[in-house]
Amino acid sequence: MREIESSKITEVVAKLCMEANFELEDDVQKSLEKAYETEKSPVGREVLKQILDNSRIASTERVPICQDTGMTVIFAELGQDVHIVGGGFEDAINEGVKKGYTEGYLRKSIVSDPVRGGNTGDNTPAVIHLDLVAGDKLRMYIVPKGGGSENMSRIAMMKPADGIEGIKKFVVDGVREASGNPCPPVTVGVGIGGSFERCAQISKKALLRPIGSDNKDPFYDKLEKELLILVNKTGVGPAGLGGTTTALAVHIEVAPRHIASFPVAINLNCHAARHKFVEL
Amino acid sequence: MAEYSLETPLKDEEIRKLKAGDRVFLSGIIYTARDSAHERLVKLIEAGEELPIPLEGQVIYYVGPAPTPPGKAIGSAGPTTSYRMDPYTPLLIENGLKGMIGKGERTEPVVDAMKKGTAVYFAATGGVAALIARSVLSSEIVAYEDLGAEAIRRLEVKDFPIIVAQDCYGGNAYVEGQKKYAE
Ligand code: SF4
Repeated sequence: MREIESSKITEVVAKLCMEANFELEDDVQKSLEKAYETEKSPVGREVLKQILDNSRIASTERVPICQDTGMTVIFAELGQDVHIVGGGFEDAINEGVKKGYTEGYLRKSIVSDPVRGGNTGDNTPAVIHLDLVAGDKLRMYIVPKGGGSENMSRIAMMKPADGIEGIKKFVVDGVREASGNPCPPVTVGVGIGGSFERCAQISKKALLRPIGSDNKDPFYDKLEKELLILVNKTGVGPAGLGGTTTALAVHIEVAPRHIASFPVAINLNCHAARHKFVEL
Repeated sequence: MAEYSLETPLKDEEIRKLKAGDRVFLSGIIYTARDSAHERLVKLIEAGEELPIPLEGQVIYYVGPAPTPPGKAIGSAGPTTSYRMDPYTPLLIENGLKGMIGKGERTEPVVDAMKKGTAVYFAATGGVAALIARSVLSSEIVAYEDLGAEAIRRLEVKDFPIIVAQDCYGGNAYVEGQKKYAE
């Protein structure tokens, strides 16, 4: 058994909540720079220039890229040979979120009761997806997710007969109808298969893969590239004002499904595609 | 695509010049309001009570800024999605509101109110919140402090970069721009 102090988890989560909100990862930054070079619309180029200037200002001044610093989503892989000492795992994460959002002057956007309202005041609780895996490490992806792009997500319980054409139509319509609301250029996470809730979850997990990386399965890699071309033909463009860059990438995650079900979900991420990774 | 520098409050003849797609650098006083603040303003108007901010000729910015770090006028402050305000907007326009800043398209009732009331809807680029914050010279909460990030603030802005998204003639920069690049 390897021991990890809960206070260590708190400290790391706090730091990464701030860093994720202040600076884009290299893959996102590079792909935005490339989009600025290739975008055909003058308005689209102006928007991309603002996006690049903004990320430079945010990272040098250590201020949030976007005022919507998101709901804190955490994908954690906990090795089964790890023993967390000094406190509970979820408490440690939520302590970290509270600390990071307070010390980093990040916006607290969590409504405590969905219907009756009230703000929790510290952006907790985080949404935690925990997988128990082999080994003695703890890996975490910290993903602050904004409301504008999250609201443009959708899921369909399609028929198995809908097949690839059904998937393509669902994804392209979803991005077109989302228009400027999710702050394009977007990253499109597509979940295919699983149960209703698994499908939604893997569509978000698909957003974690670095932009520009290939899908390990050549079949889905080809589908991703076709979808990216189709999505960029919608003309939605940067900020929805028209152009040739609507998405930076389409990422697919799949899971086995029931013989009668064919769930497909899309989860959009905005150009402020924030995520940080850590291994303890 | 023309370019204008405008000062608030906005006048009808200035608004009539603006066409969807034009770039504008806005200076002067603007007010922030989001969902909850809109709900309260509309309730006051319906009850015939006095509003905490003036509406005549004014511009409302749909934003819930990040907390202000020490030494800054305001925290990061980019636009939120506008259509959520659509149920409340026509009544505000009827009461003198001339401009709105947000992101994403507005629905038909707002478009009609804009035509009738000579009002304009501007888009600020969503997510470029640190850049936009630089054009805010000062910020002061003027109402509904209990709403936190959703409180109404009075902002003094200089050359706030925006685009005419929907003009007072029904022109729509989203629709026109996307049509041009759709294959
Ligand atoms: S969609 Fe993303 S970039 Fe746009 S306002 Fe929301 S968090 Fe910010």
